[in-house]
Amino acid sequence: MLAYLIRRLFAAAVMLVVIVMVVFGIFFLVPKWAGVDVATSFVGKQADPAAVEAIREKLGLSDPIFQQVWEFFKGIFVGRTYAAGGDVTHCAAPCFGYSFRSEQAIWPVLTDRFPVTLSLALGAAVLWLVFGVAAGVLSALKRGTLWDRTAMVVALGGVSLPIYFTGLLSLAIFSYGLGLIDAQYVPLEDSFSGWFGGMILPWITLAFLYAAMYARITRATMLEILGEDYIRTARAKGLKEQTVIGKHAMRSTMTPILTMLGMDLGALIGGAILTETTFSLPGLGQAVLNAIKNQDLPVILGVTLITSVAVLIANLLVDILYAVIDPRVRLS
Amino acid sequence: MTTQRTSGRAKRTAAAAAVVAALLTTAACGGGDDGGSKNGAAGFDAANNKVAQASEAKKGGTLRFGSVQDADSWDTTRGYYGFMWNFSRYYSRQLVTNKTEAGAAGAEITPDLATGVAKVTDDGKTYTYTLRDGVTWEDGKPITSKDVKYGIERVWAQDVLSGGPTYLKEVLDPKGEYKGPYKDKAKDHLGLKSIKTPDDKTIVFHLPQANSDFEEMLALTSGSPVRQDKDTKSKYGLHPFSSGPYKFASYSPGKDLKLVRNANWKASSDPVRKAYPDAITIKFFSNANDLDQRLINGDLDIDLAQTGMSPQGRTVALKKHKGNLDNPVSGYVRYAVFPQSVKPFDNEHCRKAVIYGADHVSLQTARGGPVAGGDIGTNMLPPSVPGAEGQKYDPYGIAGANKSGNVAKAKEELKACGKPKGFSTTIAVRNNKPVEVATAQSMQAALKKIGVNVQIDQYDGAQTPGIIGSPSNVKKKGYGIIIMGWGPDFPSVQGYGLPLWNSKYILESGNNNYALIKDKKIDGLFTDYVKTLDDAGKTKIATEINHKVMEGAYYLPFTFEKFLNWRSDRVANIYTSNGYSGMYDFVNLGLKSSK
Repeated sequence: MLAYLIRRLFAAAVMLVVIVMVVFGIFFLVPKWAGVDVATSFVGKQADPAAVEAIREKLGLSDPIFQQVWEFFKGIFVGRTYAAGGDVTHCAAPCFGYSFRSEQAIWPVLTDRFPVTLSLALGAAVLWLVFGVAAGVLSALKRGTLWDRTAMVVALGGVSLPIYFTGLLSLAIFSYGLGLIDAQYVPLEDSFSGWFGGMILPWITLAFLYAAMYARITRATMLEILGEDYIRTARAKGLKEQTVIGKHAMRSTMTPILTMLGMDLGALIGGAILTETTFSLPGLGQAVLNAIKNQDLPVILGVTLITSVAVLIANLLVDILYAVIDPRVRLS
Repeated sequence: MTTQRTSGRAKRTAAAAAVVAALLTTAACGGGDDGGSKNGAAGFDAANNKVAQASEAKKGGTLRFGSVQDADSWDTTRGYYGFMWNFSRYYSRQLVTNKTEAGAAGAEITPDLATGVAKVTDDGKTYTYTLRDGVTWEDGKPITSKDVKYGIERVWAQDVLSGGPTYLKEVLDPKGEYKGPYKDKAKDHLGLKSIKTPDDKTIVFHLPQANSDFEEMLALTSGSPVRQDKDTKSKYGLHPFSSGPYKFASYSPGKDLKLVRNANWKASSDPVRKAYPDAITIKFFSNANDLDQRLINGDLDIDLAQTGMSPQGRTVALKKHKGNLDNPVSGYVRYAVFPQSVKPFDNEHCRKAVIYGADHVSLQTARGGPVAGGDIGTNMLPPSVPGAEGQKYDPYGIAGANKSGNVAKAKEELKACGKPKGFSTTIAVRNNKPVEVATAQSMQAALKKIGVNVQIDQYDGAQTPGIIGSPSNVKKKGYGIIIMGWGPDFPSVQGYGLPLWNSKYILESGNNNYALIKDKKIDGLFTDYVKTLDDAGKTKIATEINHKVMEGAYYLPFTFEKFLNWRSDRVANIYTSNGYSGMYDFVNLGLKSSK
């Protein structure tokens, strides 16, 4: 197990380096090939040559791309100092870069916004797991009934409708129209009820999309498993239906669900951009969207790294959980 | 060269937005009101160029701004966004500033830290000011002339403090001899020779050459004092040290900002600011529609950006809450410009063919129509700038009988330019400005009728200075038409047109003279303008410059832009000001109740 973990962690580290290099390439090399001077987009309406040169120096735009990547990684472990024109800025370790747009180190920005995104992702995950899996299981058990058809039509709707539609619709009805929910984000430390009230619509909106997908996958997997020999054997042994479904069928059904959950949670932790934008939640998704608009590469890099790490960790946890859920994995 | 087409996803997004807009229209509460009332909305256009509900303003309460955009910087040296200049008067003062009056009077200069406007001597080359008694920083220490000098010197430190306007640097040190306070070897870091501070109350500016707009430049936020021991250089914008009635309590970039009263500010030392509210907050949003709904629902008072409501919000507001809206002229002109380096736009007649061939009503509609988009633009000088003639000056009959396009005249011009069958060209348009893309599509459709085939290239809007600001790139890509907009930094032909039309402002990168105008007459008129000290003479030259630019057919104006801005029922003493391009003048906004 330890060797397996080490192998996975090493692969993850290589993957992170590749991701950072690709992001660097997209933002710095591609414009260069297109003949665009990136530095000019960081200065104002009256582009002073000294300002453009200073930006080049600060961001190390004249350095080879490999050196820029190296400086970035070094900063994570030992911190980094940016100096130009008599202005020295130290970014303490872990330095994930420094935004020259907002004059902030990236790490505090990430840690400030991370709880918002985490609470959005976890809250929505609880909802979609409970409702999605339950709906899928019930549909499989009541295959062909009105319940099954209704649940699958709703699920189809959930998968088809984009968040920018369902989100705006829920805001229009429950917040602006009926005034039932305020839907303004309030930090948890300020007020639990305010925080809960501000998160409930984003949770439901996000969970609606995912629950639909999970319901369809759960139904399909459950139906397949219910036709397996070992389920027939369990029933032939005289086990209660509750035990057959709850203990034997569910375990196998949960394997693909967990795989999906790992990927989805990891990606969402990197920022549910559409949900955060629709509900103006100050999370990582909103930060990265603003950064893309402003060409604020350090923020984009930071969030990309966080997303990658979250996906890798989530997948690692899922692999470990496989062994708990499915004894066959443990044996192999 | 690629032409981006509207994707299926974009179409679905637009369709979804339309459905939601319709739902929002029905979901919005409240009845329509476009008349005025004491406690409710003041009425449609009640604060447009006039003061609304001034007597209702009470001391106290929290004024709540919302915005989908944070400032480029809150540092007085680095900020360039119009709303930042407007908002910064809460926490920064200058020697002189814009009058706190409605409409055109708001663009006039009035003393702020200084006891009076400048004593101008030496044929307009020396400006002397005396500071008022009792002007203080947020820690109670007096603001001195040296603080003002240091604040202005920071403009020279472009390598550290980039982004803001550099007019003062260009006028006070045209040869670029001073290297800025951070490289200044003088012990007090006050080595700029063109500014003298004989004592703590007196400051004297010695201009190498006269510039009749110098006081307007000093009134910009970049003319604010900064105290050396509080200068955190590039990080100053995170917490500027206040010289005004409010100070920073908290600021989280892109999330929120809060100002509270500066207890050391004395009303007796400040004839400009009323300082009605106890606190001022800004909450930043990522969804423009959400922001508009918060404004309509009364959760917020004013949109900080002041660039008009979103189409959905506008629909609801016009239908249900017209009395909360104002429709001012923004000061911006939206236009297409023809780089002369790209053939056949080196030929004046080809440029004129495009001007005549365009459908000006369609362009206005693409910009949002007469209310949200503005009046059809007929020339290049914004109506708020002295010397402007508005639609009265219409050399190409843009808003006349042929406002939907003059095909016959356009074909005549095509013959004259040697392209009787038309030609092909490319329009460059920012991909993050849907309205600009719509104008490009309008031009594409209209010009087809005269045989001009247009390809649309949507480029990355965030890279504007490096893409269309690079003349060599423009030529290489064959951008014959560039779609843009421009507003005045201060309401004068210099504050608007100098970087657009003067040959000295053609830059290798970050260029704004996209047409590459090299007209000695225009350059000469700008030289005359800065030497002319009387207002009547300045106005006359401004008109002449505009005429010369239009005669050269370098531009096709689309609109004299208008916005539709929201004010809540709570707000009092509200008016739009030409000093801030038709925005509400933030600094003296009050609330009707202190709760």
